[in-house]
Amino acid sequence: MASKNTLSNIQKLVLEPQSSLSRRRFVMGAASAMMLASLPFTQSVLAASMRQGLTTLSGKLFDLSIDYQTVNFTGTDVRATVVNQSIPGPLLRWKEGETVTLRVKNNLDVFSSIHWHGIILPAKMDGVPGISFEGIAPGETFEYHFSVEQSGTYWYHSHSGFQEQTGMYGAIVIDPKDSDPVVYDREYVVMLSDWSDEEPESIYAKLKKQSDYYNFRERTLVDLFDDISDNGLVNTWNARAMWNKGRMSDRDISDVTGYTYTYLMNGNTPEKGWQGLFRKGERVRLRFINSAAMSIFDVRIPGLKMTVVASDGQNIQPVSVDEFRIGVAETFDVIVEPEVDNAYCIFAQSIDRTGFTYGSLTSDLALKPLIPPMDPVAVLAHRDMGMNMKGMDHGSMQMDMSGNDDKAMDMKGMDHSAMQMDMSGNGDKTMNMKGMDHGSMQMDMNKVSATGLGLAGYGSNNEIKHISSEFGPQVDMRAMSPRSGLTDPGIGLRDHQILYQRKVLTYADIRGLTPTRDKRQPSREIQLHLTGNMSRYMWSVNGIKFADAAPLELEFGERVRITLVNDTMMTHPMHLHGMWSELETGDPDFIPRKHTVIVQPGSSISYLVTADALGSWAYHCHLLFHMPGMFRRVQVNNA
Amino acid sequence: MNTNLINRYPFIAIVLLTLAIFSSVDTAFGAETDDPLLAKVMIDEFENSLSTDSTTSWGAQGWLGYDLNKLWIKTEGEYSGGEVVDAEIQALYSRAIAPYWDLQMGLRRDLKPSPSRDWAVLGIQGLAPYFFEIDAALYVGKEGRTAMSFSSEYELLITQKLILTPEIEMNFYGQNDPEVGIGSGLSDFGAGLRLRYEIVREFAPYIGVNWSKKFGNTADYARDEGEEDSETQFVVGLRAWF
Repeated sequence: MASKNTLSNIQKLVLEPQSSLSRRRFVMGAASAMMLASLPFTQSVLAASMRQGLTTLSGKLFDLSIDYQTVNFTGTDVRATVVNQSIPGPLLRWKEGETVTLRVKNNLDVFSSIHWHGIILPAKMDGVPGISFEGIAPGETFEYHFSVEQSGTYWYHSHSGFQEQTGMYGAIVIDPKDSDPVVYDREYVVMLSDWSDEEPESIYAKLKKQSDYYNFRERTLVDLFDDISDNGLVNTWNARAMWNKGRMSDRDISDVTGYTYTYLMNGNTPEKGWQGLFRKGERVRLRFINSAAMSIFDVRIPGLKMTVVASDGQNIQPVSVDEFRIGVAETFDVIVEPEVDNAYCIFAQSIDRTGFTYGSLTSDLALKPLIPPMDPVAVLAHRDMGMNMKGMDHGSMQMDMSGNDDKAMDMKGMDHSAMQMDMSGNGDKTMNMKGMDHGSMQMDMNKVSATGLGLAGYGSNNEIKHISSEFGPQVDMRAMSPRSGLTDPGIGLRDHQILYQRKVLTYADIRGLTPTRDKRQPSREIQLHLTGNMSRYMWSVNGIKFADAAPLELEFGERVRITLVNDTMMTHPMHLHGMWSELETGDPDFIPRKHTVIVQPGSSISYLVTADALGSWAYHCHLLFHMPGMFRRVQVNNA
Repeated sequence: MNTNLINRYPFIAIVLLTLAIFSSVDTAFGAETDDPLLAKVMIDEFENSLSTDSTTSWGAQGWLGYDLNKLWIKTEGEYSGGEVVDAEIQALYSRAIAPYWDLQMGLRRDLKPSPSRDWAVLGIQGLAPYFFEIDAALYVGKEGRTAMSFSSEYELLITQKLILTPEIEMNFYGQNDPEVGIGSGLSDFGAGLRLRYEIVREFAPYIGVNWSKKFGNTADYARDEGEEDSETQFVVGLRAWF
């Protein structure tokens, strides 16, 4: 249910007549070059801007090739794997209702593949080697052929080995069959990614040998002295005791950082900077895609409000925000309306604040935007380990940290100032309700708790259980009291409203634009725990890695709830292939559909799935170094 | 590696060559698996004493294997006055038994001092709460010989790259072994403090100080040989891994 405010926004977006005359759709590449030609810029500016654009291919038949290519992002020549000789690969423009054919030629000396991320299609066309097909052999051409049943912003990438991390990704934009409910004058794809000169195999090996290899934000003696002088020796000891006992670091935000990564926007380094033009008064649609291997980004455009109109390609009820987090593989479409001539910075900082990339949305290519400083780095709180802060008042908290020698944690002595901050973050269930802005919700939730399974749209009410496979050397932590991941903006963003008056998008803000299609109640719930051992760099689901796991069996047509519990301190973007993940954000009538869902550390989140796609599907964490272990095959069987 | 070095440091050379063969398996790594066969070679200490009777000592470990199961090689020793005076090597099967702990079993051979001694090893290695690295083992040899060793190390980050490492090490023996100068009970205790600078993660020169003391009959045997029962050494060295 939308608030009045939101409804008026929808009307503005939905009901505003689309003026085909004023509507100018410039994407990238050739189109923007044409427009530039009509503007009084020098040839050199023109040339520079052409280099930095994406190439667009449109139509029904596409010829794509996969090749090795030497690239140079950092001053060093390195071999990349690329689609049609560019990073990112070409932007593919399809139309809803049409059938597309994609002939993909593999010129590598190893197997390759392309997966159409977020596209609902027959299993054999999904492009996951070992699950949907064999893969594309060296020298072979594979023909993908399917009808396009959706519209919006998506992307594609290799699903073979670590090829995606070395450049194999590109954007997909699908124009709707009917008129677009989102009205805009101009649009740009903003594709975010990360690049390393190191081979991904080498990065992975390093993480297995020393898991904090890329983390240069660990606590030091200098921090210790600062803390002692600020808080006193006893408080400092107490605040750190739990982390130290648990052999964990509260500075452990990302496995792979800006130490090795250069962050890219549409294939441009921050030194180069991507540029997109606007004319004041235009409504500009920015289609954000996170095609990074390991980097979650926080995006904002200082000076501009962003109206989020789509998530993972699906239209949502517009939400006005200043900032949003985009997990690996997610997409968000936003509308901005710059009213003055200026250069605005599209600023995307990595979740760990070890780097950023930016582009400018500018009325004049000669203008340079002001690049804001990165926000302070987040320090993990106890809630990120799935601890119930309420319990601390009673000193009875149990924290299971697998040390086998320190199961019971005494919470009495903990740093009270830190606790207060955690409590003010809207973590626990009572506070979630407040965040949902409808008083009536409280009643609904009470009803739900009586049913056990929980009503569709509101998420799980089931008990969080840690099964026996979650115990052993492969798992170093279990969240004892995971919070709802719905209203949490996420680590590093929680205090942005208070500190900077920035409204940060949360999943609780997202409502589908169109009514929920399948209004059935879930007939069962599958609880999956995202697990790992950080120091051994092992990742798994329910403590079982993909290689040892039985497939997840769904019955064709059934409606199930999947509840994900994050038992680690990392933020995992979970991607289910072939079917929608209908995120239960508190409104059963307008459940938003997503293909990738962020699960916050120490949190749980639920979504509904209608098993309407027969066959074998992949289901995994989209952080590519977690993916080999944190992966399941989902088998949809005929009843 | 030149032949001169091999002649001067035979044990180091053998171990490094073995470990180098291990490390070449990285190239065979296939990305499709979450648990590739990997190898790590870690030269924890390779250092020279700054005192007049220049002594070179080493401590290195290497492993080959998977997340939970590994073949582990450990070696340490000392080169002084033109010859290897002390050298041991262990080959262990290492299995993860808890999130932070590996159980290790295998063989140890003390090559120097002569005559050499062989032991069966049962040990535990891992990370204790508060980030203390622990390596403890029990040894059983021929003719009723038994021994126990314990070492612990802590890393104190002064900055992200400047790291102070205090460590202690102690050895116990079940019976006297005069031939190799070992007495029963606590035979020796060592404490070290090393300050390293990680130029990159894998390569860190350091300076440090070691204090060691022999106890009981071990101390007596040493004195009979005209050696001191305790010594303090300032060292410069290199820590490296790949």
